[in-house]
Amino acid sequence: MSPIIQGILTIFIGVGGCIAYFYGSNLVLDRVIFPARSDDHGRNIRRATMVRPWLFLLPAILALGLYLVYPVIGSFWRSLFNRSGDVFIGLGNYTEMFGEAGFRTALLNNFLWVIFVPAGATFFGLLVAQLTDRLRWGAIAKSLIFMPMAISFVGASLIWKFVYAADPDIGIINAIRDSMGFAPVDPLQIPFWNNFFIMFIMVWMQTGFAMVILSAALRGIPEETIEAAIVDGANPFQVFFRIKVPQIAGTIVVVWTTITFLTLKVFDIVYTMTGGNFDTEILPSYMMDYMFRDDGRATAVAFVIMLIVTPVMIWNIRQARKEL
Amino acid sequence: MDNIAGKKSGLSIVTNLSVLLLVLIWLIPTVGLAVSSFRDRQQISETGWWMSLFPVEQAIRVTPEMGEPTRDGDLYVLSGNVFGEDGSGSVSAFGITSRDPGAAEAGMTYGRLKLEVLDEGGEIDTENFETAWETGGEPQIPETDEDGRAVQGWFIDRALTMESDGTYEWVQDSEPRRAPSLYIVSQQPPDFGLQNYELILSSDNMDQAFINTLTVTIPATVIPILIAAFAAYALAWMDFPGRGWLVAMVVGLLVVPLQLALVPMLTLHNDIGIGQSFLGIWLAHTGFGLPLAIYILRNYMTGLPRDIIESAKVDGATDFQVFTKIVLPLSFPALASFAIFQFLWTWNDLLVAKVFLPSNSSSWVMTVKIADDLLGSRGGDWGILAAAAFVSIAVPLAVFFAMQKYLVRGLLAGSVK
Repeated sequence: MSPIIQGILTIFIGVGGCIAYFYGSNLVLDRVIFPARSDDHGRNIRRATMVRPWLFLLPAILALGLYLVYPVIGSFWRSLFNRSGDVFIGLGNYTEMFGEAGFRTALLNNFLWVIFVPAGATFFGLLVAQLTDRLRWGAIAKSLIFMPMAISFVGASLIWKFVYAADPDIGIINAIRDSMGFAPVDPLQIPFWNNFFIMFIMVWMQTGFAMVILSAALRGIPEETIEAAIVDGANPFQVFFRIKVPQIAGTIVVVWTTITFLTLKVFDIVYTMTGGNFDTEILPSYMMDYMFRDDGRATAVAFVIMLIVTPVMIWNIRQARKEL
Repeated sequence: MDNIAGKKSGLSIVTNLSVLLLVLIWLIPTVGLAVSSFRDRQQISETGWWMSLFPVEQAIRVTPEMGEPTRDGDLYVLSGNVFGEDGSGSVSAFGITSRDPGAAEAGMTYGRLKLEVLDEGGEIDTENFETAWETGGEPQIPETDEDGRAVQGWFIDRALTMESDGTYEWVQDSEPRRAPSLYIVSQQPPDFGLQNYELILSSDNMDQAFINTLTVTIPATVIPILIAAFAAYALAWMDFPGRGWLVAMVVGLLVVPLQLALVPMLTLHNDIGIGQSFLGIWLAHTGFGLPLAIYILRNYMTGLPRDIIESAKVDGATDFQVFTKIVLPLSFPALASFAIFQFLWTWNDLLVAKVFLPSNSSSWVMTVKIADDLLGSRGGDWGILAAAAFVSIAVPLAVFFAMQKYLVRGLLAGSVK
């Protein structure tokens, strides 16, 4: 069967099935199990009201449980077994992994990513948000800086591969170097700094996200605080750093953490740019090297990523509980 | 106040310039790729895309129309103009082989000579020797060949004389049967077109990958929205024990790295017979997209006016009716923002597609096609790569510019609390 027909069929079956499930289960609940017309109809309505939320939630809980909760346990369990999955080796995968230079490089690089990508994206985002705030063509500028967000990581990597190309007739960076009389270099092969060239792609993509949110936060600052500062003789820089930034600090933290999480998920950029060569590996791409080859090792890496995320996850849940 | 106003205009020039600079830095890489995707592939390797509007000094092969050869002693002579009778152009260099298309400067003669040397047995042996010489003059013949054997004599095998206006004279020692191939280096006008796109879509199966991407994306966008909408309504407007915990769980699941799911879920899919298939990837994308969907939709639905919902309930509407008739239509903006997110995410995804779809060329989505196939097999072919990348990002870009408003709104709903 051709995938198109299969796809159309799935939309119909999936969507139709969902609608049928929600409609049908509600109907069954109201008409068959707890009909509201018999003698104890008050009690039946109450019972139906108790059950109904779970009908609404069931598909979501199933999908979440299966695709996000179970894997946390399943992955951890799998990571305790060897490559073929039949010998229990305890923390063997972890100890072996930490003893390996490749993994330590990936961990160190990931550390750089987690620091510099959110910092860079938030910095540029805040800068653009502030600069375009009163600009007549601000909307167009923002829209153009926001655009990379729609591009896939693979597409973005290709775009930057083009920029970084060592041939001065292809790569604009080497063209500029060439015109100034320097020999061409391949930015992706310069030890250590190549990580930053790759990170910049992610910064380039995420700046728009930071900008949109920080721009809205800046707009939300009460006008009086700024006016009062200006009347008191504050210069624009003081207004920005002393008045505006402290008031949007909460939003900056949210933007920062959101980009941090994304950074821990993205393997595409490293995979496309260098394939992990030249010491540019990060944990997600390191994991993909082992995926399909050594599931024990792959799940161990995934679980390390999970451990890195956990503190912030707990903090997030606490915040959510507070707001309820 | 004058003072402040004066400062402001100075600052505003700086502001305008720095925004302009940032926008340029952000835009130039994409523009470069876009321009390159329309350029002739050979021109791409000759000059950078920023020079694409200027003529390119480029080596090309010309096969001029063959007239009747004239005789010059033992030699046959063909002459004419590489640009045709009425054409014009300027040749800077020329050659007689594709190996060295710019072997000699215009105005010179370049030819392949046969050198006669004595081999070990005392027989006369001929060797090829290519050189350029002044037109009308004599070529410089070395006294010995590369192996140190003395050159006894020589004759012209073939030779080409080319003026910078394109007039040439081709000399050959046997009767020419077909027109000779001449190589010239000349200024070629910029060559833009859809050749790269045609190539990528016809011979590289990019059309199949495009359809696959679409096949993955649409169900993977529609299904989670539906499931999430019901769940979000329950979490926003229905009262039941454990609601708070469920909301907290959704928030927690927002950040679970999806890498964790890859191995256990693929194993599970294989065990229950789904294996690596489109059905599998739809389910996977549904699961991974749900936390954000529920989160955004619940945040939005909680903000709907309580009066409307309660008065409907008082009028005897069931929760199902309230949801479908009132909440769902009112939540359209939130539904739209999540739909855009999920669409962009699934369209652009590489990781989930690599794991949950079979790794054969007929199931490749565009990202996998580019990253795993084209970058390897077409590594240095920038025209092809650029066109492929543009095919894959065209749809998200269109969606982005058409629905930016909803995207921004969704981002704000998801992040600013």
